[in-house]
Amino acid sequence: MLFLAAPFARAQLSIEITGSGAQRLPIAVVAFAGEGALGQSISAIVRADLERSGLFRGLEVPPLSPHPTEAARINYAEWRSRLADALVLGSVAARPDGRFEVRFKLFDTVKQQDLSGVAYTLSKDQARATAHRIADFVYQKLIGEKGVFSTRIAYVVKRGNRFELQIADADGAGEETALASFEPIISPVWSPDGRRLAYVSFEAKRPVVYVHSLLDGKRTVAANFRGSNSAPAWSPDGSKLAVCLSREGGSQIFTVNPDGSGLRRLTSSSAIDTEPRYSPDGQWIYFTSDRGGSPQIYRMAAAGGEPQRVTFEGGYNVSPRLSPDGKMLAYITRNEGRFQVALLDLGNRQTQVITDSDRDESPSFSPNGRMILLATVTGGRGVLSAVSSDGRFKQRLSAAAGGDVREPAWGPFIE
Amino acid sequence: MRQTAIAALSASLLFLAACATTSDTPAPVDTPGGKPPGQVQTQPIKPVDVTGGPSGTALSALKDPKNILSKRSIFYDYDKFDVRDEYRALVEAHAKYLRENPSARMLIQGNTDERGSREYNVGLGQRRSDGVKRMMTLLGARDNQVESVSLGEEKPQADGHSEAAWSKNRRSDILYSGEY
Repeated sequence: MLFLAAPFARAQLSIEITGSGAQRLPIAVVAFAGEGALGQSISAIVRADLERSGLFRGLEVPPLSPHPTEAARINYAEWRSRLADALVLGSVAARPDGRFEVRFKLFDTVKQQDLSGVAYTLSKDQARATAHRIADFVYQKLIGEKGVFSTRIAYVVKRGNRFELQIADADGAGEETALASFEPIISPVWSPDGRRLAYVSFEAKRPVVYVHSLLDGKRTVAANFRGSNSAPAWSPDGSKLAVCLSREGGSQIFTVNPDGSGLRRLTSSSAIDTEPRYSPDGQWIYFTSDRGGSPQIYRMAAAGGEPQRVTFEGGYNVSPRLSPDGKMLAYITRNEGRFQVALLDLGNRQTQVITDSDRDESPSFSPNGRMILLATVTGGRGVLSAVSSDGRFKQRLSAAAGGDVREPAWGPFIE
Repeated sequence: MRQTAIAALSASLLFLAACATTSDTPAPVDTPGGKPPGQVQTQPIKPVDVTGGPSGTALSALKDPKNILSKRSIFYDYDKFDVRDEYRALVEAHAKYLRENPSARMLIQGNTDERGSREYNVGLGQRRSDGVKRMMTLLGARDNQVESVSLGEEKPQADGHSEAAWSKNRRSDILYSGEY
């Protein structure tokens, strides 16, 4: 087990990596010249980010003299002898206006290529965000898809009778509390633009769906009808929420505008129909229903219509989540009393259980589809866990200050 | 808005009444061997209750541990939603109370144990509270007197991860207005 805790991190969530990817690309991220002036090590954050993806192995680099920077002439043979397939060099310089400039370059030591780099101007408190941007650049150049290091996650921490809805960087650092309550908060979901969260709060002694603007903390009630209001899901264009309401009896799926107007009923059954999720193309709504006698996943046209059953194996399949490309369906399945994450390939109908824990809940895809964040329980404590979509690579995020962490939601790419 | 106005009005009436009482109170009179002091007249105050909740004797019946109306929880078997026979008298007593107190309002909160999806459990809890509500209305309570909601697995009565705790958490709780 590798314990990654950067010396400067004040992360409330600590990350533990408990599995490893098959092919990890060895990369040397050399300490950026002058980075001490920022108060934290940009190169260490970049390296930790890349390792957390499960696709990279960071190499130890001893102190070098002279210390190489992005402007140095590269001795590719020397870096090959250190077993590095890729190399990141950079430097930090103070500017006259009190800000800093970070420059870096990425090199492919196998092809002996300069893969270019970027320069950023930043204030001291933007060091972490800048490191995540650099990691995203490296990831995209070497893997060929977008990195998620600059994205954010939302989750709920329960300590005693206090519930906090928190937002943190994808590495668990820099957490901020968006909402604190003495009543439960569940089911946070990010708006497609990443500016708002919809969630269910029990502060009115029953479930009510709110939309919460993160920038100004302004909250609006999206669904507070007679009975229970729960399970919000954003349409991909952000114009609608699908919700589960009991206002007409039972638990049925409706759509409503985020401001609470324009209510429309989509399902009509005597069953529990809940946990709606739009497909990324907006054509379908996947949901959980026990209309067939046990909870299974169904889908219907987004405007409503005859549902089709999607899951058939097992007697308890719930919490459907579509991958960002719409090709995979993650959900929770019960196997002999254990709740685990299953992945269904919607193309070839192959199902794979990708976790081996007992009490998994609330899966959430990273916006590039590589990882699935979920809630689980270890040692009687609620923690977050992340598993790669192929099931090979796992990591765990737990609250350092105690308490149960649950209800994770991975936010979208932010431009 | 109207409730606020009424509350403000009754508060000012109370204030005026209090002032009147104070100013009408005579100075202490020394009456050694003399006549008793005159009676102080006070205007009776008619209480106005806009909380919508029961008051007076009715309220105490709901709280009196000897009264079945103080029993507020119905427990369920695993994955079951039907009210067991042992709770029949409890439901009938509350339905009778609602019939006899048309202004009384009831909230039924359905709950589940911790196993499974939180949102699906909201659905299961709703099925429990809907079942109790249906019984209440069949027994003569009016639909607008009873609201059924679900707290899913979020408000366990017992902590722990065994059947001993779970059996206490699979329940419907009955609350009257003023209690939630």
